[in-house]
Amino acid sequence: MYAQLVETGAKAVKTLDQMEPQERAFQERINAGIKTEPKDWMPEAYRKTLVRQISQHAHSEYVGMLPEANWITRAPTLKRKAILLAKVQDEAGHALYLYSAVETLGVTRDQTYLDLLSGKAKYSSIFNYPTLTWADIGAIGWLVDGSAIVNQIPLCRCSYGPYARAMVRVCKEESFHQRQGFDIMQALCKGTPEQKAMAQDALNRWWWPSLAMHGPPDELSANSAQSMAWKIKQNSNDELRQRFIDQTAPQIEFLGLALPDADLKWNEARGHYDYGAIDWEEFFNVVNGKGPCNQERLAARNQAWEEGAWFREAMSAYAAKQEQSDMQGAT
Amino acid sequence: MTSNDVKPEWPLWEIFIRSQHGLAHKHVGSLHAVDGASAIHHARDVYTRRNEGVSIWAVRAADIVASSPGDKEALFDPAQSKVYRHPTFFPTPDGVKNL
Repeated sequence: MYAQLVETGAKAVKTLDQMEPQERAFQERINAGIKTEPKDWMPEAYRKTLVRQISQHAHSEYVGMLPEANWITRAPTLKRKAILLAKVQDEAGHALYLYSAVETLGVTRDQTYLDLLSGKAKYSSIFNYPTLTWADIGAIGWLVDGSAIVNQIPLCRCSYGPYARAMVRVCKEESFHQRQGFDIMQALCKGTPEQKAMAQDALNRWWWPSLAMHGPPDELSANSAQSMAWKIKQNSNDELRQRFIDQTAPQIEFLGLALPDADLKWNEARGHYDYGAIDWEEFFNVVNGKGPCNQERLAARNQAWEEGAWFREAMSAYAAKQEQSDMQGAT
Repeated sequence: MTSNDVKPEWPLWEIFIRSQHGLAHKHVGSLHAVDGASAIHHARDVYTRRNEGVSIWAVRAADIVASSPGDKEALFDPAQSKVYRHPTFFPTPDGVKNL
């Protein structure tokens, strides 16, 4: 998922009887499926959890533009280039919908950005891997956006109105991303042996990070239990991961690619695919800043912010001047 | 300057889009822009990438007056008891058409 290891401040989930009247009324509204809106009363921990989760999600969209933008100038055809440009532009849009949702929780936009730029806020581990070949662009759309869709569809029913509404918009646009990725993979798989090998290599490298995106198993985590009680989160990490694997394994077979995991097999009794062990040590290393591209990604975002400062200031100065001359013209 | 200098943010605008089929403008989200013209321009890029609309309204968020959740009962409860405002309140006799 695009928000991983979101801290809720909870050690254990309170029962209704343990809550103060205001919090209890809030929880009862949540239980009844009533959405919380920005001006409604909410527990401080709920607000803070949402700020962490939605900002992490926004940063993921925003940083996620970088690995794909890497291939815009080298897309193999003009058509692919136009599609990739549109896709990366969508990611900017998704970031913006989400940054707007964070703002409704009383945090300024600039503060949210600055928390990313200083390294204080996290973004999804997946975007700290490099895009080495054109096939990686296919694999990202197909696998990374595919994973994201599985995670984001339940978020459309999240208890916080502005987040749920942002996710509805995002989900509408995300299917295009997944299909364009699959289309790139399909073209490569129908191509020369070298092109097919490139597709296989991209699948092998992106498969495990895409599974890790959903986060570690969360049955024992108080944070997950609390997020589920608040209906910010609706499914466990393992449930969403399984859903993604079940829908993707047949697509790998359709492409005629080798399965990237020797243990990936249909289990008739479970009605699901079994899969091999995920390297959580790697996941935690990447989350904690030791992935292949963490420094490069943050440096690129800091550079964009600093080099855009003159433009933001010039726009403000121009608007102030216009306003002044309008006022003079009116007198 | 360093990246930690926080300058005043561009003002926040709420964006409303009218889709093609004669519907009213509908709130779609918000964005930051220095003035109305650039708010419209950004809204075009952010909210109409797939032919979602034929008209954009941009309103400074600071200019919107909103009801508060605390006034909910006072504002909306009186309507609850006036069920006769709905056509389904009135039974229609069998056999009577076009009513």
